[in-house]
Amino acid sequence: MAKITFITSNNEKITVEATAGSVMELAVNNNIQGIDGDCGGVCSCATCHVFVAPEDVDKVGVASEIETDMLELADDANEYSRLCCQISVSDAIDNVVLTVAK
Amino acid sequence: MSTSKDICVIIGASHAGVNTAFNLRKEKWLGKIVLIDADPELPYHRPPLSKTYLTDAVSTTNLLKPVESYKKDDITLLLGKKVVRLDAANNYLVLDDETKIEYTKLVLATGAKPIIPAITGLQANASYFCLRTAADIVAIKKAFNASKTKKVVIIGGGYIGLETAASLKKIGAEVVVLERESRILKRVATTVISDYFRDLHTKNGVQIFENKEVNKVENTLENGINVTKVYCTDKSYFTAEVIVLGVGVVPNTDLAKQAELTLNNGISVTNKGETSNPDIYAVGDCSYHYNLHYKTYVRLESVQNAVDQSKVIAANICGAILNYNTIPWFWSDQYNVKFQIVGLADNYTDIVVRKEQDKENVISVWYFNNDELLAVNAINHTKAYVFGTKFIKEGKKVDKEKLADASIPLSKEFAVAFL
Repeated sequence: MAKITFITSNNEKITVEATAGSVMELAVNNNIQGIDGDCGGVCSCATCHVFVAPEDVDKVGVASEIETDMLELADDANEYSRLCCQISVSDAIDNVVLTVAK
Repeated sequence: MSTSKDICVIIGASHAGVNTAFNLRKEKWLGKIVLIDADPELPYHRPPLSKTYLTDAVSTTNLLKPVESYKKDDITLLLGKKVVRLDAANNYLVLDDETKIEYTKLVLATGAKPIIPAITGLQANASYFCLRTAADIVAIKKAFNASKTKKVVIIGGGYIGLETAASLKKIGAEVVVLERESRILKRVATTVISDYFRDLHTKNGVQIFENKEVNKVENTLENGINVTKVYCTDKSYFTAEVIVLGVGVVPNTDLAKQAELTLNNGISVTNKGETSNPDIYAVGDCSYHYNLHYKTYVRLESVQNAVDQSKVIAANICGAILNYNTIPWFWSDQYNVKFQIVGLADNYTDIVVRKEQDKENVISVWYFNNDELLAVNAINHTKAYVFGTKFIKEGKKVDKEKLADASIPLSKEFAVAFL
């Protein structure tokens, strides 16, 4: 079980929980504004871009080469950027805070 | 501007229709939104159907939106209902259960349907399947699991056929792909790509035969097992217990015809998604639209087009003026290979092929019309896909000599000027 907090572009703070699946699926299932997941979670569309809170980076881990390349399509990407379809929900990411990219 | 008395009816609840519905709310459509589809399932992602939905032991549809989202945005879902009549002169339609629904604006997101080729004996054969809906996959899996020989023949070596071949191979099938043309993927890619995927499938144990036009299927008993013989025009034949058709699709235009809309390889629409009837719009796979970047009319079968067009249509229905202007992109996953495509290569004059030196199976094909980069096909090469996307969008001229030299790592510096 992991509790994950999303901060949307209109500064809404939403905490949701799940035990499996990807963070993108969790966000879509909970209507998190700004997470579209158009490609269904195969790292092909870059519509599930989030910024990981600096203190949570170690918990969440780093992006793969494919994901890093895809993030180049997002103009506002930085060192905290992840495509959240590539983050699996597990105990390891309990209490992380993710800010949804605009 | 809309009022609360207005009704927008959307026919077709896949990527295009569903996104149009939600985008209408984002654009402040005040009226009712009714989303209709003949498929009884809650709207789902279609691309996984030929991939994980086929290989997962228990298939669960990957929903486009959770059911609560439709309630939250006050979108009325009418699933398992087929629209049988459209009276465009009087702005209403009729469902198969005889319900009459009036509309202020109508969006046709009717998609496309699989082509059933004229093959003797096919219609009467119980072992053939199309691949377009979740129900199709359930039926394929059921037939495959019940089969004794596990022999599958796939007719058509396009994306759907090849993805299905890879998926069925993964779950233990003995797969033969029969392609009518001289090479697989001929309609969509250059020979380098066809060669790569032929080799990939062969290495994985899928048999690919090209120049094989199927003209007859026949039930027969082989070693006491009911199988189907799939005959080709050159008299060769292959046996199978499951036959999957992947020979392309045609747009669903029956309702558009009833409305006497202008058709042209799909429903003709303007850059704003308007059909020839001012109250009717068309979006997604069924729409024949103008691509501003490539200055050509196209009909695309893709998630990107469905999603991006739906934004434009919703905005225009709500009174904004927005023109559709995107660079198309596509993807395909087969085995562990990630294949990404950006752009439309139709009018290419020459190509540059890059095989990265230090990495195995990392290949990109760059399609040019003289100096203009049109499209990139990237095999396990997201960087090429991303750089290609940027070069095309920004209108950059690419140094072909550097690009062709795999001893120089792929770089943004390859773009040397504006076109």
